[in-house]
Amino acid sequence: MSELRITVNSVDHILDVPESRTLAEVLRYDLGLTGTKIGCEEAECGICTVHVNGTPVNSCIFPAFKAQGARVLTIEGLAQGEQLHPLQEAFIEHGAVQCGFCTAGLIMTGAALIDENPDPDDHDIKVALKDTYCRCTGYVSVISAIKSAAAVQRGEAKLPVNEPVVSEPMRSVSRNEKVQDSIERVTGKAKYSDDFTFPGMAFARTLRSRYPHARILNIDTSKAEALPGVIAVLTHKDVPGENLHGLVYRDWPVLCADKVRYMGDSVAIVAAETQDIAAQALELIEVEYEPIQVVGDPVFAHSLEAPILHEGREGGNLLKHIKVRHGDIAQGFADADVIVEHTYHTATTDHAFLEPECAIGVPAGYDDDHQKLTVYVGSQIPYQDRNQIALALDIPEESVRVKGVLIGGGFGGKEDIAGQIHVSMLATVTGRPVKMLYTRQESLLAHPKRHATVIRIKTGAKSDGTLTAVEAELYGDGGAYASLSDKVMTRATTHATGPYEVPHAKIDCFAMYTNNPPSGAFRGFGVTQSAFAVEGNMDLLAEALDLDPVELRRRNALRVGSTTATGQLLRESVGLVETLDLVEKDMDRSSDFQWAWRDGDIAYGWGIACAYKNTGLGGGAPDRSDAEVEAFEDGTIEVRTSSADMGQGLATVLAQCAAEELGLPFKQVRVLLSDTDKTPNGGPTTASRQTYMSGNAVRLAAANLREMLSKVVAEEIDCPPETLRFEEGLVRHNGSNVRFGEAVRLAQTQGLSTRILQEYYGPKTQPLGTGGDMHFAFSYATQAALVAVDTLTGEVKVLKILSAADVGRAINPLQTQGQIEGGIVMALGNCLTEAFIMENGVPWSTLLARYKMPSIKHTPQITSHLVEHRTADGPFGAKGVGELPSINTTPAICNAIYNAVGVRVFRLPVDQDALYRAMRADQPELHTAWQDVK
Amino acid sequence: MSQLWQTYHLPSTVEEAVDLLTNFAGGARIIAGGTDLMIDLRFGGGHATFDALVDVTRVAEMIQITPNDGWCVVGAAATHTAVVGNRDLEHGATCLVESCGVVGGPQVRNVGTLGGNVAHALPAADGTTSLVALDAEADVAWGDGRREWLPIASLFRGPGISAVDSSRDVLVAFRFRLSGEREGSAFKRIMRPQGVALPVLGCAVWVRLDESRQRYEDARVCLSPVAATPVRADAVEAELRGQPVGEASLSAAVAAAYATLHPRTSKYRATGEYREHMMETLLRRALPLAAERARTGVASAEGVGMG
Repeated sequence: MSELRITVNSVDHILDVPESRTLAEVLRYDLGLTGTKIGCEEAECGICTVHVNGTPVNSCIFPAFKAQGARVLTIEGLAQGEQLHPLQEAFIEHGAVQCGFCTAGLIMTGAALIDENPDPDDHDIKVALKDTYCRCTGYVSVISAIKSAAAVQRGEAKLPVNEPVVSEPMRSVSRNEKVQDSIERVTGKAKYSDDFTFPGMAFARTLRSRYPHARILNIDTSKAEALPGVIAVLTHKDVPGENLHGLVYRDWPVLCADKVRYMGDSVAIVAAETQDIAAQALELIEVEYEPIQVVGDPVFAHSLEAPILHEGREGGNLLKHIKVRHGDIAQGFADADVIVEHTYHTATTDHAFLEPECAIGVPAGYDDDHQKLTVYVGSQIPYQDRNQIALALDIPEESVRVKGVLIGGGFGGKEDIAGQIHVSMLATVTGRPVKMLYTRQESLLAHPKRHATVIRIKTGAKSDGTLTAVEAELYGDGGAYASLSDKVMTRATTHATGPYEVPHAKIDCFAMYTNNPPSGAFRGFGVTQSAFAVEGNMDLLAEALDLDPVELRRRNALRVGSTTATGQLLRESVGLVETLDLVEKDMDRSSDFQWAWRDGDIAYGWGIACAYKNTGLGGGAPDRSDAEVEAFEDGTIEVRTSSADMGQGLATVLAQCAAEELGLPFKQVRVLLSDTDKTPNGGPTTASRQTYMSGNAVRLAAANLREMLSKVVAEEIDCPPETLRFEEGLVRHNGSNVRFGEAVRLAQTQGLSTRILQEYYGPKTQPLGTGGDMHFAFSYATQAALVAVDTLTGEVKVLKILSAADVGRAINPLQTQGQIEGGIVMALGNCLTEAFIMENGVPWSTLLARYKMPSIKHTPQITSHLVEHRTADGPFGAKGVGELPSINTTPAICNAIYNAVGVRVFRLPVDQDALYRAMRADQPELHTAWQDVK
Repeated sequence: MSQLWQTYHLPSTVEEAVDLLTNFAGGARIIAGGTDLMIDLRFGGGHATFDALVDVTRVAEMIQITPNDGWCVVGAAATHTAVVGNRDLEHGATCLVESCGVVGGPQVRNVGTLGGNVAHALPAADGTTSLVALDAEADVAWGDGRREWLPIASLFRGPGISAVDSSRDVLVAFRFRLSGEREGSAFKRIMRPQGVALPVLGCAVWVRLDESRQRYEDARVCLSPVAATPVRADAVEAELRGQPVGEASLSAAVAAAYATLHPRTSKYRATGEYREHMMETLLRRALPLAAERARTGVASAEGVGMG
């Protein structure tokens, strides 16, 4: 019985496929229906959901032959021809589509729900989608989209979209334009790395280390090479160029030669005819190791007893010592009437973007479209991928093309090299396209994480609440390789006074090498960690001084004219106080407001916390983004830059900036991103910088184009160029109009290029320690959290989050709100559910089942205000937003827990077990977390 | 994904399923929903692969839920969704519906089966806990051709170890008496939001009141995990029988739990101390609820889908 008869999307199939296939594999790889995504192969994430005989199932663990004779419906079968299903339309309208990778799963699960229950409420939706994950949206828009679609399916009007209020909307900017490719994303047509195949393509896998720390004595690949179907087995000896990569320091072996430093280290790579054979080959590679003592935590790493990971490295395991010195710390504490000092611990966390890493290498000369070595990958930094590939292969950068494809979530986790160099090597050696798809489990093992930190912080204030000093010592677990530790821990350090004016500060941060997975960029970039400590101490100060927590923050809040602890004078765009005012207003602090109350066994509490986050690289690093705008005779333009849209909506933002400058209807703007042969370098998509940096580059390119076209048209109709107006796709002058496309044609006739390349440099910044402007902009936010703690179980539920965020200008308000909602729910995971656990360098969190991120059932009611204190040099006044909301959610929740039950959490994630025991024992402090339950 | 099995079979009778297992002589094993099995095959270590999987979800008697004369037979391959949606079970085996309703999410409940839950033999399995409190029996078709009804508790040999060998035997069905006049049941559990989706502690209770409806006539309580296998809390039950419903008997039952049951600490799940206290919390939630259902004769499942 190897004949599988199934009906998929009303088409009957008789398939001759191996009986060991899963339904997801048959759909994706045998039928080419790649709209169904595979996120975990553990029945955890639900994004592979399809309907079998009308019932939603996880196709990743559903044996294909279990569906023998069944009807299967996938995302591709949901629309009726061109007519989208109401859910597909509603997801687009409500902003429920970000990266799009989980969208099919959400829609298919939602479709089954509204078929069965035509009028679902929030509870029904949470029950139905409980195990269908989305890492981008925070689910708020998903819930409203499903309700609206249900209404449409009932024959009623659709529900209004929760559009944020913004000031001074322009023609395109500050309008809720729709995400480019959104129809493709809701219909399953959008293509991510693993959705691409090429004739003759081979499949690659990586052999990972068996130990967290060991010498490699010998590698024998002969048995693997002899396995039929194996095409190539490569080790360190086969790295043609430099056997190192890395974004800041090049210390990470492409393939380990003499030593392994963490369990995710790559020792050998295999290309084979099938995934199965590649996996089998890994088991046949014989590696002889000599284990070395494991450096399991950063404090031990700093001790004299710890073995040095990178032998011969100056500084040993100390990756970086970062210092902030401001004023006179002794004087600061002498001035204080109250001093609080505590130690806070944060956990290692994983991005858990729903698309595991995947790269495809196509060899040079493969066909007309691939004259040079081409790598298809969803990357946050395509040009740096290209650079790192070229150095490892010892070929010129120009002979490599990195072709970005849609990214199924990034959050900082797709900045470092994953399979890009490996597939380049294998494609070159085999002369065939080679795909390397990480399993979810491999993704968890291999890629850089958020730094675990230990933060001792001492805060002093006068009796009126005025802060006098902050002294802090931070240890960051940098893991085995540098990745972005230097920068991330610098940000943790420079932000360790919080968004407050502190006259005296002394902060030391030690970023350490350990045998844990490398730590790198993760939304919040170190500030998520330090804010937990800063804002905890703020509430403790308020309590010690008997001051209101909001008032204490308002008294010390950064304002225009304040100086930060790094010596930067803030001259504009500081909306922190307004965010405090808005959140306080939403808390409805009338006379009967209470920070905490009880109802039976449930304790309720409000907590508040503030945040700030830099926009851009800063610290004296030249920040540059290049973009190109090309105009065509048909009246359309194309915007090009290598900057990543990983779901945050950059493509839409760039299109809006260009449309605004040129007075074009939004639909006449296309955006091409991340192709190193076709798009100029937009720089890394990190540090909440792309709206500002690439937004400016595009805006200026478009403005230059407009100026050029103005001259042409002015000459043609004989008027001064400055009297022309670019509006609605026309160039207007006193009632006479020239179509934009006509203007382009005129320019081209005159031999002028209508393709404008713009280099944009962000305002100059200064290195840490030199005073002056370390960053060109900061965004500010306040959040209040309302929690309910079950005093009989210790369970914590976040009921409400009130948020206000100063983003300068919301170029796309709905998308900006989506960033805030998604950031809040992601941060709620940081606070309550997530910890990547290592046991002396050996990960315990090897499965997604062991790494729980927030599901829709955790989604609180979120009220979000956008505050817009324009920043002069940002595009239309905009500054960064991506990371901001993931900074103050955790401390707001922990402050709320304290107010509710009188127990302060010093270690994340909050452990209900320990919280319950602390409440019972009247212990006001909690220093253990879930990972300490042993 | 490497080939975890070679062939896939869809027998339509129990006999056919047993024959297939016999013919493969240990090289085949039963698959029902596969929601646990697939994960075990992939990630369980040991690189177990099978010659064949024998899918029992098309064996009619194994997917039916048949109430008859105050009893109910539930096929082992009935899905959690089927159990949850069954009105006879909601009224007559409320704890089972409540426990099946908090397993996984809808996609898993739509596929995962009650028999799979039992066959997995985890001491904290939700459905299992309720079946123990319902004093259920299991219908087993042994590989040697015998077929018999056995007390459910006798199937468990240790954590994850079942008397039913899925490469030889078939777990066919369960049966138990449906709650009648003056009888009621309830299930409550504690989860944590981190880590593996196994309960910190589960609690199923079944009670019968006397004619006055003020006193427990009989009670069955299963708290899990408190031992290597799911077990009845005899001492807790003893404090209830013959006693008036109310705080006094509840306190006595709780005291008996503290005195006789000593749940252990399990890594990254719960401390023993927390579990001990949760026994009290759960007993105080489940017992009055079951008693109220018995008193009023009205029972609608709580918490379904919010596991």
